[in-house]
Order: sequence, then structure tokens, then C-alpha cells
Amino acid sequence: MLDIIVTNLPALQVVVPLVAAPVCAMLGRGDRSWAFATLVSFLTFAISVSLFVAAYGGEPISYEMGGWAPPIGIEYRIDVLNAFVLMIVSGIAALVMPYARRSVASEIPAERQAFFYTAFLLCLTGLLGVTITGDAFNVFVFLEISSLSTYALVASGAWRNKRALTAAYNYLIMGTVGATFFVIGIGMLYMITGTLNMADLAVRIAEHGDSRTLRMGFVFIFIGIGLKLAMFPLHLWLPNAYSFAPSAVTSFIAATATKVAVYVLLRFMFTVFGFDYAFQASTLENVLLPVAIVAMFAASLVAIFQDDLKRMLAYSSIAQIGYMLLGLAFLTHTGLVATIVHLFNHAVTKGALFMVAGCFVLSAGTSSISSLRGVGRDMPWTTAAFVAGGLSLIGLPLTVGFISKWYLVQASLELGWWPVALLIMGSSLLAVIYVWRVVEAAYLQPAPEGVIRREAPLSMLVPAWILVGLSIWFGIDASLTTTAASRAADTLIGSSQILWQE
Amino acid sequence: MPEIGTPALVYMVAALIVPFVRPATLRQILLLAVPVLGLLTFWQLPYGTYGTFNLMNMHVGLMRLDALSYVFGLIFSLAAFLALLYAWHVRDTVQQVATLLYAGAGLGAVFAADLVTLFVFWEGTAIASVFLIWARRTEGAYATGMRYLIMQVGSGVILLAGIVLFYRETGSIAFSRMDLESPATWAIFLAFGIKCAFPLLHNWLQDAYPAATITGTVTLSAFTTKLAVYALARGFPGTELLIYIGATMTLFPVFFAAVENNLRRVLAYSLNNQLGFMVVGVGIGTPLALNGTVAHAFCHILYKALLFMSVGAVMYRTGTSKASELGGLYKSMPLTMIFCVVGAMSISAFPLFSGFISKSLILSASADTGHFFVWLALVVASVGVLEHSGIKIPYFTFFAHDAGHRVKEAPFHMLLAMGITAALCIGLGVFPSLLYGILPYAVDYTPYTVTHVVTQLQLLLFAGLAFAVLIRTGLYPAEIRSVNLDFDWTYRRLLPAALSGVAYLVQGTWRFASRIVMGRVDSLIAGVYRAHGPQGPLARTWPTGSMVLWIAVLLGMTLVLAYI
Repeated sequence: MLDIIVTNLPALQVVVPLVAAPVCAMLGRGDRSWAFATLVSFLTFAISVSLFVAAYGGEPISYEMGGWAPPIGIEYRIDVLNAFVLMIVSGIAALVMPYARRSVASEIPAERQAFFYTAFLLCLTGLLGVTITGDAFNVFVFLEISSLSTYALVASGAWRNKRALTAAYNYLIMGTVGATFFVIGIGMLYMITGTLNMADLAVRIAEHGDSRTLRMGFVFIFIGIGLKLAMFPLHLWLPNAYSFAPSAVTSFIAATATKVAVYVLLRFMFTVFGFDYAFQASTLENVLLPVAIVAMFAASLVAIFQDDLKRMLAYSSIAQIGYMLLGLAFLTHTGLVATIVHLFNHAVTKGALFMVAGCFVLSAGTSSISSLRGVGRDMPWTTAAFVAGGLSLIGLPLTVGFISKWYLVQASLELGWWPVALLIMGSSLLAVIYVWRVVEAAYLQPAPEGVIRREAPLSMLVPAWILVGLSIWFGIDASLTTTAASRAADTLIGSSQILWQE
Repeated sequence: MPEIGTPALVYMVAALIVPFVRPATLRQILLLAVPVLGLLTFWQLPYGTYGTFNLMNMHVGLMRLDALSYVFGLIFSLAAFLALLYAWHVRDTVQQVATLLYAGAGLGAVFAADLVTLFVFWEGTAIASVFLIWARRTEGAYATGMRYLIMQVGSGVILLAGIVLFYRETGSIAFSRMDLESPATWAIFLAFGIKCAFPLLHNWLQDAYPAATITGTVTLSAFTTKLAVYALARGFPGTELLIYIGATMTLFPVFFAAVENNLRRVLAYSLNNQLGFMVVGVGIGTPLALNGTVAHAFCHILYKALLFMSVGAVMYRTGTSKASELGGLYKSMPLTMIFCVVGAMSISAFPLFSGFISKSLILSASADTGHFFVWLALVVASVGVLEHSGIKIPYFTFFAHDAGHRVKEAPFHMLLAMGITAALCIGLGVFPSLLYGILPYAVDYTPYTVTHVVTQLQLLLFAGLAFAVLIRTGLYPAEIRSVNLDFDWTYRRLLPAALSGVAYLVQGTWRFASRIVMGRVDSLIAGVYRAHGPQGPLARTWPTGSMVLWIAVLLGMTLVLAYI
């Protein structure tokens, strides 16, 4: 029995939440559906941890769905990179679920909660599926599962603020455009190669050599994923979606959805298109690099002037995605390590900060910064968590933010790109400003008269503090995350024939 | 005891617990237990480095136990215990916590195997100790504390700069022997020098120590400067420059001490002078000299604490430590008087007292290595020590003219603390092998030879004679209230005056320039706000159409690039 479970772990990673979703819908109102979904999220986390342990050694795990051999059947392929991402996604889900109970109870009517948790599990399924699969079309399918459920989750914020509906609608349109681009790109690849398995695609693309269709395919996939990961001018869906979604949803998707999209970009760029066509490098240097740097500054500046805490954090996310893309644009080993390590570091930090924002929404009824005046005295633990997370966002030593910036700066110095290193530090200063605005309001300004704000419940504080703790723990001892990121970067480089910058 | 990395941890944890412990007696017992526990954590450990881990590819070692750090760890624990015993009557939580943190940071720094750990504890001693000064809660103490803090933190900042440069140069943060050859090591040297009160960098010491609380001064006298001596002995043994710095340090405070009226400040000058002996020892750098430095630091902590304790006890009873207001106390406080004399004889290096067995090592080392003038300077300074600490302190406090104080003897716990310290001073003087056995290098040295004893006694007797003659003839600088100008006048009075002139000129230029620049900055911020503010194009909620337009633009751009 145990044997069967162990050998089928890769399938279970996706199947468990997928099957659990309709069951959850049938459990009816109240805490039952929540408890069930929480249990499932714990289970998926346990599975991804064991997958990570198995893949950490180096040998990728290949699993054939239904016993159909690839390239015809669907293959699940797990190496260090996606095992790492799987762990991030399911780990965040396992922390968000306990957090969600009180937060969701205050934002969504009881009779709808079962459906909410169903959508949540489906979203989790989609994200895990995108990450684990080794089949290009399968990526599209899971991407759609996660996107459609995310639209529903964002729309469920409508009970708090009706604008969530338009935000979800916009996200739906834009997300669909992105997914369409992505599937067009895959279609072009299929035209050339006649296969959809990633490993097989890589081999056949290499045999086939350069062609216009290939270039078209690359560009369409790049833009499609760029939209999903909120690359700078394509980020317009993100601020509204993040600020109007229910708090639990925001902390979950902010910490996972864009990270998974970055993973897909890495996977396609290096594993699938893994041969040295000059247009790839020039796309990175001429499109991705400027876009990343503009994102770091423009989005941070917008964040400085925002009044709504969730919206401010959303813009900060766009800037942080800029950092990830920047690491990728370096096209060096250190740069990739920076990107991958920042996937984790940003997930932990932003997850914690959005959880804190959710605590404020629960207690103060709003996340507007001006209404958080003096909240440091009423909600000391929540505010302290914000300060710790904010420090990590700035990139202070002994927090994970510092580790990411350290690698980024190192990568730019290795190439001798001094101005880029200076820009990285300059944009960190902008983070100081927007974090400080909240700290100032919370601690230095007097509380308005007659407002009662109770400290957030433990079920919300504990997950937030676990994430804060992780962001400090891995800031002090980063050996696990950096080793994993370094090995993941090695596999990406090993699987590609791109000329890496020295 | 389980291995816990660094004994500093014991102190830190205790500092967290202490504020919540009641009643007062229980808290005092807990306080006294802390140094004992701290000592037990490394007492029996074999030599080696403990508490090692990797911090961003740098090797950190919290506790390096070897012969050098062991002696300092031992004496710091002992000093912490004695200081806490002496402070049994203090009910001020701030002082108790500050004492624990300060002693803990001092121990942590001594055991630090790498420069980063050293830096953290280095700053720790600065920040914790300033509260011992502020605890007096007067405006003067506050200002003094601020000046002290600026110097100490400044030392830490320079140390950090040095460490960063050092890491860039060598790729290592190990704290071991360094050479004065690059900006990095010079910065580290300067940071050590500030804490060690090198000449011209020394004023914080005479400024701050007399300003602290009675018990605070006893604590302060033990750790900060000796930590710096340890750091020099670890990092710069055999650096010739140190010999001359040290020789200067032994000489110049003598004169200030002779004319100073505040007895606690006299002791602060004398402390500076004693540091000079240790610095000379480090500078010579031979095993004998380093042994001398370590031994002298060990003995010095004890007898200097004893002197500060006895003057403190007098101050506790009479409310003053000014020579002009004291005198004739031998009737009211006979035991304190005896302990003070023991301390005075130790610092003057009378045979059979601790100062003799440690100072002889340094004197012999300087003579052996042929530094004749240095040796002479040290001998002259020794005469000065006898004069200002050995005779002046007990004479003006307990004898001289009767100032009319009729007070009780010092409280029992103070007497106990002084008694233990005095016993240690005599014990080490009579049985030097106790101390020699734990010195970093093997010692083959006999302090009690006829020559040594006779030379020293002659020196002392003639110095005593000179004092007597000067007092009789009225030539000795009388104990008058006075403000003595030291080097700090230049930066506390002269520099501000000069600066205010410069400031006037700069201000004019600045106003003119800033009006222009501010205008530019304002319009820049307005521009940024127009683009990024809540209603700006970058923050507005755009319809889906515009987003699709962006997709088209980006797609077109990338496609064009891909086809070129």
C-alpha cells in the first residue's frame, strides 16, 4: 500500500487537491469545508516536501501518467527547480488555509464558503499542475484551471467591495489574452516538431534548427507568460485584482501565481528552447532588461504614493517581479540563482505582508494607510510583523530580502554592469520610503478618537509570523535555499545549450 | 555545563529575566549567580573554537577558547562578580540589566573568533555601558554619556569600516594577527586605539568614568579598556608603534592626576597610565612581554576596581569624591581605609602585592629587548603612579586635614567585595605562581630576586620621601577645586568656536545654493507625482483595451527584434 503511494506521489500531488475540490463543494456550509480544505493543503504540502527531498539529490523523477510512455502520454518530470517551486506553492497554501478561516468568515457569506474553498483547491491544483508537468500543452490546461479559479476567487471579494467584479472581469479578459498567446506559441511549436512533451520538444527543436515559425512561437510564449507574471507594461490587471480580492486570496496568489509563471518562463526559455539562437539573448537584453529596470522604479514610485496598503503592496510586487526578471536577463549562473532564490524569498515576504494587510482589514475594516494611524499600539503583533516583513522587502541584512539583493548585485558586478548594481540599490531605497510611510502612520501618529481595533486572532497571526520567521531564518542561514537555487540553476544550464555569459 | 557557544548568552538571557524577578534579594542572588554560571560554561572546556556556523559564506565562531582568551574570560567573570557584589544595595533595574549586558558583551567580544562577532559585541559594550552613566539621571551625566557614546560608537563604526575593507582584501573575517600595512588594518587599529584611550583619543575615559554612578564606575573600569588591550594583544602583538604610544600613555596622565581634585578622576587618569604599561607590553610582543600585559591586565582589573570601590564607598557615605572636601576618614571608616591602602600598594607595585609581580614582567621585557628609554619612561611613570595613586588617594581621603565627616563604615556587602578583592591582590602578590600558571606562554620568571625587590623598594621609598618633602614644604599642588584643561578642550571649546565662524560663511553659501537646488527638486518631485501619483497614468486603472494595446506593442517590438 505504502509502496503504491510512494511511487505515485507525483500524480497524487495534483490529483489529491483536484479530487478534493468537488468533495469540498459537497460538504456544505460552515467549518466543515474549511477543515477539509486545510487538511488537503497539509497533505499536498507533505507530498511536495517528500518530492523535494527525493529531487534534491539531483536525479530528476519522471512519472508517466496512466502508464502511457512519453512523448504520447503525459509525463510529470520533477527536478530540483520545480520541486522547489512546488514546495513554495503548497507551503504557502498550507499556511494560508489556517489563516483563511477567520479572514474568509468576515469577508464571504457562510453559504458561499464551501464554493470559495473549492475554487481555492482548484487554483492550488492548477498551480501545482503547471509546475509539475513535463508536457507543454498540459501546462496550458493547468494554467487555465488556475486562472479560471483565480478569477472566481478575485470576484468573491465583491461582498466586501463591488469593484472586485470589474477587477475580476478585467483580469479575466487580460488573462485569457495571455493564455491565448501562450497556446498560439505552443501551436507553432507543435507545427514544427509534432510533439508536446517538453524533453522531446527540446530534442526536436535542436534537430529542426532555426526558423521563422520557431521565432514566432518563442515570442508568443514569451509575451503570453509575460502577461501572466505581470511583466511591467503588462501588469495592469494586477493592482486591482490584488487589492479587491479577499485577503486570504491575495496572500495566496501574490505569493504563488506570479512565481509559477516565472518558473514556466524559465522552463520554456532554457529547457524547451534550450539552444543558442541569438534572438533569445537579444530578447533578454533588449526587452527584458529595460522592462525589469523600469518596473523596479516605476512600480516602486507608484507604491510610494498609494494610500491603500494592499494596493501599495501590489505595486511593490510588480517591482519585485522586476528583480526576478533582472536576474534572468543577466543570463549567468549567479543571475539565475538570484531569480530562483527570490522566487522563494519574495513568496515568503509578500505572503506575510499581505497576511498582515488582511489582519488590518479584519480589525480596522479597511486597509487604507491613513486609517491605520496609531495602530501600532492597538495591534502590536500585527504591526511588528509588518515591520519585520517590510525590512525584508527593503533588503536589510539578516532578512531574506538581503540574500536576493546580494546575489543580484553580485551577478551584475560579475558582468561589470556597475550602473545596474547601483540601480538595484537605488530602488531598494524607494522601498524604504513606502515601508516607512506605513510604519510612521502606525507608530508615530496618534490614533483617531473612538476607534476600537482589536489585535488579530491567533489563527491569523501565527501563519503571518511563521512566514516572518522564515524570512528571518533563511535570511540568517540561507544555505538550504541558495543550495537548492544553485542546483536548480545548474539543471537549467545543463539542459540548455545556450552560450552563458561569463 | 552544556556547550552553549558563548558565555555572553548566559548574561543576555539573565538580562531578559532579571527585570521580572522579585523580591529584591532573590534578584540579587540571581545576579550574583550569573557570572558563576557564565564561568562554568567555559571553565572546563578544552581549547578550541565553539559555536561556529556559516553566515553568508563567512565563517563565524562565537567562542574561541585559547590561553589568551581564557585568562581574560576568567578575570572578566571575576570582575563582573565583584562588581555585582559591590552593587548589592542597588535597586535600579536599569543599572542591573546594563551591568549584565555590558559584562556579557565584554566576555562575548573576548571570545569572538571572527571580526563580525567582535564588532557586534564591541558595539554591545558601548551601548550597554552608557546606561551606567545615564543611570545617575542628572543633566551633566546625560551630556557626558552622550559624549562617551559618540566616541564608543565611533570606534565601532571605524571598526566596521576596517572589517569590511579587511574582508574585501583577504576574503576572510578571522580575527588573528594583523600587520599595519593597509587602510583596513589601520582602521581596525584606530578603533582599538579609541577604546584603549590612546593619547589624544583618551578624553572620553576621564570624562565618563567619574560621571557614572558609584557602582557603575567600578564596572566600567574593568571591561572596556581591557577589552581593547586584549584586542590589541590578539591583533597587533609586536607592533613597534605601540611601544611609543604606550610609553606616552604611561607618562602624560601622571601630571594631570597630580593636579586633579576629583579623586575618581585621579583614578581615571591613573587607569590610563596603567593601560600604557600594557600597551608597551603588546608593542614589545615577546612572550615575556605579552605575559606581562596579560598579567598586568589581570592584576590591574582587581586593584583598580578595589580603588574605585573604596573611593566609591567613601562617596556613598559622604556624598563627595573631591580631595578638597575629604580627609581624616580613617577614624570613621578604618576597614575601607585598609582596603584602599592595599589597593594603593598594589598599584604602586610594592613587593608582596599584585602590581609588583605583573609590572616586573613588562619592565624586564623592555629591558631585555634593549628599549632603554622606554624602560626609563616606565620607571619614571611608576614613580608617578606611587605618587598620585599610591599616596595621594589614601592620604587625601583618609588622612590629611580632617574635613569633619563623621560617617558610618561602608555597608557590609561593600566591605565584603573590597575584602575579597584585597585578598586577591595580596594573594597574587605572595603566590605569583597562581597567576603565572594560567598565562598564555610558559613562564620562567622569578619576580622576587634581591635586585628586583631592592630596586623597587628604593624607587618607592624615594618617591615617598619626595611626596613627604613636598607636602612639608607646601610645594605639592594643593587639593583645590579646579577645572584642569586636557586635550578635550580643543574639541569641546576651541573647535566649536572656530567652527561657528566657518559655519556662518557656509550657511550663507548654503542658503543661496539650496534655494536653487530646492526649486529643482520640488519640480522633480512634482513631475514624479504627476506620473506616479494615485491619479497619474502609471497608477490609474486602465481599460482592458489599453492593456491589449501594450501587448501589441511589446509583441511587435519583440518580433522585430527576433527577425533582425
